Amino acid sequence: MSPIGTWDGGARSATALEPRVEYVLGLGDDALVLAQRLGEWIASGPQIEEDMALANIGLDLLGQARSLLSYAGELEGAGRDEDALAYLRDERDFRNLQIAERPNGDFAVTMARQLAFSAYQFELYTRLQASADALLAGVAAKAVKEVAYHRDHATQWVLRLGDGTEQSHQRMQAGLDEIWPYVDEMFDADPVVAQLATDVAVDPVGLREPWAAYVDRVLAEATLDVPEPAFHGRGGRRGLHTEALGYLLAEMQHLHRVHPGATW
Amino acid sequence: MTAEPLWEVFVRSRRGLSHIHAGSLHAPDAAMALRNARDVYTRRQEGVSIWVVPSSSITASSPDEKDAFFDPAGDKVYRHPTFYDIPDEVRHL
Repeated sequence: MSPIGTWDGGARSATALEPRVEYVLGLGDDALVLAQRLGEWIASGPQIEEDMALANIGLDLLGQARSLLSYAGELEGAGRDEDALAYLRDERDFRNLQIAERPNGDFAVTMARQLAFSAYQFELYTRLQASADALLAGVAAKAVKEVAYHRDHATQWVLRLGDGTEQSHQRMQAGLDEIWPYVDEMFDADPVVAQLATDVAVDPVGLREPWAAYVDRVLAEATLDVPEPAFHGRGGRRGLHTEALGYLLAEMQHLHRVHPGATW
Repeated sequence: MTAEPLWEVFVRSRRGLSHIHAGSLHAPDAAMALRNARDVYTRRQEGVSIWVVPSSSITASSPDEKDAFFDPAGDKVYRHPTFYDIPDEVRHL
């Protein structure tokens, strides 16, 4: 048995694919995994109106995921369609950012996650509309309008909960504290992006400043503090995930794995 | 969260038509009511414009007054413009 200190998590990370496939899969997995998370709120929302809102947001993301995963499969050229990619890959081959897989927690945690992630997606898709890859540009142009609404929805709630009662303020702050360890990863330099032409992919590092300009303003208006996390989750793009993703995939993939090709 | 006030939602399905009552919903304030209305009542492209009104601001006729309010109009056929020939070109009348 080798000493604990020599174990290299990176050695077990996702199977390497062509950079453009990796890139598209990463964006598609973000949308797919968060769509699945939001679906968990259906029939459990604080009010039926919010059930609808979260389901709509989830379905927007699912639509983005379908386009992106189909395209990734096409680029890969190995005969994998959107279903094969969504239902037949294991945890290590998912390339989503860890923030997307984090559990819903209470409503404040979900809104903290949505604000952080939608603000990131908004900056990303805004720039991706100019991609030299026509399909990516097209998906981004459609999705940026959806995401603008997601960001607004989360903003409205963070403002109301943060600047609401003592109880709502405290729980909203706790929600931010829970999610913020996974914020930095969204803006980590991505070796896959570095391998692609600069006019195809968007460098996530450059998204941090506009993201923070928006989010910090919302938090200030909501009388909330920007958390200073004690640790930072990293490695989702390389297939390194938190424990939460395995359970999410088990639920999402179970039906397809038991009844391959099932339709209704 | 059932303590949230009730709002009436009016949706204009396309330009040129008037806003029509679509239903009601709960929301903490007007801005959220508008957003909830967007999610609940226009997710299948039902509209291009939404109004929300606090339900408490609506003064409604009472079912008890139904007879006094509406029955007298029942036998006044001469109030209907049915004695005119409508030109074919007039489509919305």
